[in-house]
Amino acid sequence: MPDRAPVIVGTGLSDYPQAPHLDGVQHHAQAMQRALVDGGVAKGEIDGYLDAGGGGVMIDDAVTMAEYLGIDHRFIDGTMTGGSSFEFHVQHAAAAIRQGLCDTVLITYGSDQLSRMGRGLGTGGLGRGVKRFPGPQQYEAPFGNSLVGSYAMAAQRHMYEFGTTSEQLAEIAVGVREFAGLNPKAMYRDPITVDDVLGSRLIADPLHKLDCCVISDGGGAIVMTTAERARDLRQPPVYVLGAAGAQTHWNISQMPDFTDTAASRCGPVAFGQAGVAPADIDTIQFYDSFTITVMLLLEGLGFCARGEGGAFVKEGHLRRGGDLPLNTDGGGLSSSHPGMRGIFLLIEAARQLRGQAGEAQVPDCELALACGSGGWLSCIGAVILGREHP
Amino acid sequence: MTPGNAGPDGAEQSGEQPAEPWARPLPRPDNVSRPFWEAASRGELLIQRCPSGHRQFYPRAVCTVCGDDPEWERVSGRGTIHTFTVIRQNHARPFRDELPYVVAMVELDEGVRMMGNLTDCPLDEVHIGMPVEVHMVQAEPDVGVPFWRPAAAGTGTKGATA
Repeated sequence: MPDRAPVIVGTGLSDYPQAPHLDGVQHHAQAMQRALVDGGVAKGEIDGYLDAGGGGVMIDDAVTMAEYLGIDHRFIDGTMTGGSSFEFHVQHAAAAIRQGLCDTVLITYGSDQLSRMGRGLGTGGLGRGVKRFPGPQQYEAPFGNSLVGSYAMAAQRHMYEFGTTSEQLAEIAVGVREFAGLNPKAMYRDPITVDDVLGSRLIADPLHKLDCCVISDGGGAIVMTTAERARDLRQPPVYVLGAAGAQTHWNISQMPDFTDTAASRCGPVAFGQAGVAPADIDTIQFYDSFTITVMLLLEGLGFCARGEGGAFVKEGHLRRGGDLPLNTDGGGLSSSHPGMRGIFLLIEAARQLRGQAGEAQVPDCELALACGSGGWLSCIGAVILGREHP
Repeated sequence: MTPGNAGPDGAEQSGEQPAEPWARPLPRPDNVSRPFWEAASRGELLIQRCPSGHRQFYPRAVCTVCGDDPEWERVSGRGTIHTFTVIRQNHARPFRDELPYVVAMVELDEGVRMMGNLTDCPLDEVHIGMPVEVHMVQAEPDVGVPFWRPAAAGTGTKGATA
């Protein structure tokens, strides 16, 4: 019986944080090339393809990109849950590999958001320039909410219910910036303090500029295959031990509970599959669209109790040298955020588990958790990766 | 930010007339949503309730709990601020000219929530739990848009606030 345990064997990042020489589709292509080289996998081996699209002005949905890249697939999946799409993709790809629907899977993402659209996206509101909104958006669009505003309403509610402070949220941005200082490509690398965050201008109360992720270009690709095939490949295998996702809403006005995300539903499933607990995790790569996103994911996944995220982050766990380092590549808060950052979480988790993270390496890193948040805290996907065969 | 009290045009409608033409994004009413917007243009706030009593907003073709056909229910137009933000940066017109302003989730006394803007209230007085009441602004014929103001402010107060 062949060993069909799903494994990440190749990863690639396209040029970031600013790459005016690439359009969105070219980010997909460059990231794929680098992931294939990284893994020592021939392009012709790929028989499964997953792509969420949504990377820019150019059409880059799964069928378009399968054609552009020349993927002869037996399994294709265009699941689009926003920035967490790639955690859902790993869940789906792992199942497809286990079932024998395909043997070698490619996941790609690419976006030229910064070069193409500039930095106004997060505060431009829904569909800039559109005059009439159909469907659920017709009940939000007249009111001038912004992407930042949606997360700000969650932060405001968290402060109200639990006494969380701006200082506590700022601690998250400060810690991630420290790791960005170790990444030569990160968009912002100079150290910042809590006071710097609090002193940056308010974008949408209570979120300051430095509570918000950057806007960048970038792309990523992941190659997955069976443990059997991985034995002959060049990189240390990174095993998918658990992968689960859940959704509570899509549009922010439908969020059932502004301080409880779907992480509290998919987290226990992923931990159950992996047979581990939050205390066993060595590093977390979380979707840090905003500082509040990280806090909600920490609580939802059970790294601390609900409402205790503020006290937890002040204890320093997430810092370099802490027992649960967060976003060791500098995250979306300081390194790169091309629009849907979920694939970078998986790639950085794999880099840590392979022991290839250089100065940012987490010592004895055996278990990593990548958790994406897509939409407006809407769709959460949690993936537990490890370096030992399950 | 909210359009102030205007003249007598459209006297048959009870929504406040914008001081300037409505420049914000508009809904694209469909056969499900049209009664909501039309009612708002008459000064009435509607939500949906299915025969089993499940209430919901936004309006849909089905009840999200039981899948039954929802019916319209007129509600009081009173609620409280469930959460809110003060938008201080928005590059999109016309909002860029109205900064800063409050976007809030209002929890109606009947239990459902809707997004809206809070007007007629100093920014430093906005708080979660604040009682609010609806007032309608006429966006175009047959489309009124619900706005919110502090319930204690009475019903006669109109005008711009930040």
